[in-house]
Amino acid sequence: MTAIPLGHILTLAALLFSLGLVGVLTRRNVLIMLMSVEVMLNAVNLTLVGFSRYNAWTEGHVLAFFIIAVAAAEAAVGLALVLSVFRLKQTTYIDDLRLLKR
Amino acid sequence: MPTELLIFYALGAGAVLSTAAMLLPTTGRNPIHAALLLIVSFFFLAGLYALLSAHLLAILQIIVYAGAIMVLFTFVIMLLNLSPDEIREPKISYAKMVGSGVALFVFGKLLNGIGAASSAAKAVDLTQQEGFGTVKDVGHMLYSTFMVPFELVSVLLLVAAVGAVVLAKKNLAYVDRPVPSPAEEFKTEGHAGHGDAAESDGAHH
Repeated sequence: MTAIPLGHILTLAALLFSLGLVGVLTRRNVLIMLMSVEVMLNAVNLTLVGFSRYNAWTEGHVLAFFIIAVAAAEAAVGLALVLSVFRLKQTTYIDDLRLLKR
Repeated sequence: MPTELLIFYALGAGAVLSTAAMLLPTTGRNPIHAALLLIVSFFFLAGLYALLSAHLLAILQIIVYAGAIMVLFTFVIMLLNLSPDEIREPKISYAKMVGSGVALFVFGKLLNGIGAASSAAKAVDLTQQEGFGTVKDVGHMLYSTFMVPFELVSVLLLVAAVGAVVLAKKNLAYVDRPVPSPAEEFKTEGHAGHGDAAESDGAHH
């Protein structure tokens, strides 16, 4: 038995997810928006781990493992895009990126 | 109050506070500060995973998230070499207020769902399941039930690595003219009119 109620874990995960959403929607720096996406993915992982703990399912851990792998891939490609956009425009603010061409 | 619950609250408060500090335009304005605050938040989350007996995930959180992904972030931030005037003052706009409102709405909806789903939840006694969440347990499942997705994830990581290298290359094949590096640009700054590149750069300065 665990002393932590499931509702508390899920509420914490929801709070972290919403914080990440606030970051994606309100910050205008691409780097910080990417970090906010990582926060959202982590909140989902926390939900999966909480449910796994409650039902003693290892499947949730495996799914969280896959999410970590996908997050790594996303970060690598996203940061490569930020780098190549920065070479083109000398900016990391998405307000300056209205055109796809130079 | 049981010790387990106290530790949960302490770790949860740490994770939420460091994430909020990262997102606030005052403390997290500089991307490198935001990245460091996010690393702190990931360590708190690793503690939470360990508390929920996800031992492998807690270690992976530190090795992969705090160790690999965030190091990549800090490397890119340092590589960009942002000048102090590139970091802008935060300004409150209509779009930001709408964005915060949308996030608040989503949070309310999530809380609604949680209240209904978790009231009757009772945890399974883990003393019956020895080694739950350990490397052996998760690894066994990874190499039996989830064999095909596991291999697909390795292909995904390979594609992402190749894609990142191709995207971050200095001269992409489809760019007809080489983009002047900041050093060359400095040298040729006196010359007027060398095409579109000079115009778009000039608009920025």
